[in-house]
Amino acid sequence: MLNEVVSRLQNTGTLLRANALLLLLVLSLFTAGAYAAESLPDGSSMPWWGWALALFITCFFLGIVAVPSGVGGGVLFVPIVGGFFPFHLDFVRGAGLLVALASALAAGPSLLRGGLANLRLALPLAVLASASAIAGAMIGLAIPANLVQIALGITILGIVVLMAMAKKSEFPEVAAPDRLSSALSMNGIFHDAARNQKINWQVHRTPLGLALFVGIGFLAGLFGMGAGWANVPVLNLLMGAPLKVSAGTSSFILTLVDSSAAWIYLNKGAVLAIIAVPSVIGMMLGAFIGARLLHVLKASVVRRLVISLLLFAGLRALLKGLGIWP
Amino acid sequence: MNTQNTDSHISVEQRRYATWLSWGARSGLMILAVTFLAYVFGWLPARIPLEQMPSVWNLSSHEYLQQTGAPTGWHWLSLVNQGDFAGLVGIAWLSGCSLLCLLAVMPIYARRKDWVFVALCIIALLVQLLAASGILTAGH
Repeated sequence: MLNEVVSRLQNTGTLLRANALLLLLVLSLFTAGAYAAESLPDGSSMPWWGWALALFITCFFLGIVAVPSGVGGGVLFVPIVGGFFPFHLDFVRGAGLLVALASALAAGPSLLRGGLANLRLALPLAVLASASAIAGAMIGLAIPANLVQIALGITILGIVVLMAMAKKSEFPEVAAPDRLSSALSMNGIFHDAARNQKINWQVHRTPLGLALFVGIGFLAGLFGMGAGWANVPVLNLLMGAPLKVSAGTSSFILTLVDSSAAWIYLNKGAVLAIIAVPSVIGMMLGAFIGARLLHVLKASVVRRLVISLLLFAGLRALLKGLGIWP
Repeated sequence: MNTQNTDSHISVEQRRYATWLSWGARSGLMILAVTFLAYVFGWLPARIPLEQMPSVWNLSSHEYLQQTGAPTGWHWLSLVNQGDFAGLVGIAWLSGCSLLCLLAVMPIYARRKDWVFVALCIIALLVQLLAASGILTAGH
């Protein structure tokens, strides 16, 4: 009895320490962001390496919170870096795509080998989303930056509502697959380590899912952010794929969708190595730490923090686009 | 249609895709890191000095191209001996490594006479190649 109480107290202590550390990290992130925002009128006063370092540190922190909160780094990167750093939104979106792409590429092989990403489920959806991501990237680079900022702000605030309200279903009930998913054999088996059993799954409502992925790809290209926040609900709640398969397949889909959009940004000169590379490396190192902290951090606390971050960043993007908070 | 491997629930094509993707991602990240170090430590000269970057990174991509004369499309390849463009090699590699993965799994689908997925791979390849080609133009 006493041992159990001591053990529980120790666990609580570890949890509190980890969550306090996370809070400290996020406060540091806000401090860095505020400093950057104050420097905006005279962006050249800080040397290039100072900005590169600030970007690396910010992305490192974003990477830490991205994994336990279950959102991709790209969705945090674009509004936060776009809002608080002096880089033009074109370059931020170009870097955002690469952040999301690099994370997806790094995770892709193990997700495929583990059966959490499914090639047959992903490929039809990715083909449509890749094509529309090209259109989104082209339009995003053609319209004025303040319009993109306003649309980004509205979309981020929409994501906040989606994250706060959306339900999840670990194993949705799919009574029968639709004709299209049957014809394409969009089904599979994955080994659920938590239950230590193999789960057979299939999907339905495929035509509607395909149509929604056209829109998701467009938004990914337009705003330069990964679209896991939209992919997962469509795969899981609409099409009925198990939650883990939805998350894994969503990440894998991004390897194709973000690469097609990234080419457009690259060809238009909207990718600067000095912005993209520290972001990619910082985010990947942070995600590595975040994955290690996954079992210590309380997911609901991290999720609330990320929702608050996104709410703040979304408002910032909207007000910046409207010229109220330049 | 049986898409499962006999000794595993992971299909052969999925495992091959994972292997190629793994090599592509690792090599791409390595190229990215090495070229970036060469850029920031001055091992390769930069076309636009790093000290001048804060005065141009707040411009739109269109204004940036006009002011710096930086190339568009694939013309950056001719400047790959300069640090700022050498960094794009890793980025292009990461963006393009999925092409090799798609090419690697097509023969498996073809042997199985799974023509729908052969066609899907070809369409995915064409979409990626169209995006990479630089034919599609947009700008402010």
